[in-house]
Amino acid sequence: MAYTFQFGAVLASLDLLVKGAWLTVQLSVAAMLAGLAFGTLFAVLRVFGGRWAGLAIGTYVECIRNTPFLIQLFLIYFGLPSAGIALDPVEAALIGMSVNCAAYTTEIIRSGIMAIPRGQIEAARALAFSTTDIIRHIVLFPALRVAAPALGSQFVLVMLGSSVVSTVSAEELTAIGHVLETETFRPFEVYIIVTLIYLAIAFALKLLFAWLDQAWFSRRGKV
Amino acid sequence: MRSFGTPEFLFMLGAARWTVALSLIAYLGGGALGLVLAFMRVSGNRLANGFARAWILLFQCTPLLMLLFLVFFGLALTGYGQNAYFAVTVALSCYAGAYFGEIWRGAIEAVPQGQWQASAALGFTRVEQFRHVIVPQSMRIAIPPTVGFMVQVVKNTSLASIIGFQELTQASQFVNNLTFQPISVYLVAAAIYFILCFPLTLLSRRLEKRLHVDRPSPVAA
Repeated sequence: MAYTFQFGAVLASLDLLVKGAWLTVQLSVAAMLAGLAFGTLFAVLRVFGGRWAGLAIGTYVECIRNTPFLIQLFLIYFGLPSAGIALDPVEAALIGMSVNCAAYTTEIIRSGIMAIPRGQIEAARALAFSTTDIIRHIVLFPALRVAAPALGSQFVLVMLGSSVVSTVSAEELTAIGHVLETETFRPFEVYIIVTLIYLAIAFALKLLFAWLDQAWFSRRGKV
Repeated sequence: MRSFGTPEFLFMLGAARWTVALSLIAYLGGGALGLVLAFMRVSGNRLANGFARAWILLFQCTPLLMLLFLVFFGLALTGYGQNAYFAVTVALSCYAGAYFGEIWRGAIEAVPQGQWQASAALGFTRVEQFRHVIVPQSMRIAIPPTVGFMVQVVKNTSLASIIGFQELTQASQFVNNLTFQPISVYLVAAAIYFILCFPLTLLSRRLEKRLHVDRPSPVAA
């Protein structure tokens, strides 16, 4: 393979790459927070919210989990404008990522809730706790502790999946890669650098989640 | 302008064959690779274990889209031209292999230590231990998450559209460009994916119940 690698042209645009990576991080963190908030809410509603709420949330979760993110994104970015709601690419990306992430976190946190011994909830009922109190004091913290490792891996997947939003021209890391590719005609070098940046972000997130898991969930004894 | 009707629908359905074919290719390639990686992980050989670990970590922390691009453009450098079919095959297999490897390693390690010791005490060689004692038991543990991950593979074949491979997503983009009816077109595409994925999801859930490998309840015993 007579090919000389030339990273110079790519590294000359490092500032652009950093800008793209920053948008990737912002989008991912926003989607994670939205996913965590809505996921917790939906999981609680699915378990405690009665039949119809459970059914509605179950349908939402299955629809999102059994269709590709790319198609969901196209529906939001290309579909919503024809229904009169125009979104710019970053808004569409953010909504798509959050809707997608929330479905997965709902399922993860729900399995955390299901792992709570029934006896604890029955004991709380016997002590005349209201359902709200049970959720607040008995259910949420242990459920999140059980769910934490799975949530961490899911959030890394959300960050990696954000590369797909380049298809609706949100200017994140992968999209910057496309720009540099057409400017430098060095696609292989460009995508090696972009991949390395993704790896760095993924490793940083893994370390962060391991640390948060340790800091929040480890000192209070085992379930 | 064309409207979205039966011929367009049939065109998308025809392209869905490629979604299925790509998934099957990824199962075969990824399955073979995953098997090798899983056994390297539990082989006890430090070099093999380290290599498999690094592979799995690397491929689980790289976006599949980057993997597709790297193989796609990397192949062009070797002078074989740009071949989307080859790129998708290699990238999906490497990706699926990393996940299958990790799932199966977990399943092998979940078999209790006593099973190893007992079979060693009965004079089984290491290969015999795997063949007759460990693998049959780890299969029950491995099957539900394996089927669950197969759903991810079907969905992720949609990324092949980005490097110009004509499967379901690419076909729906094409139809959308002709008809300008994005909501109907992409909803139909989503429905086709759903029909492909949901049975696998249900199967995975049923197997999980049937094989009793639900998360052990903290109140057990």
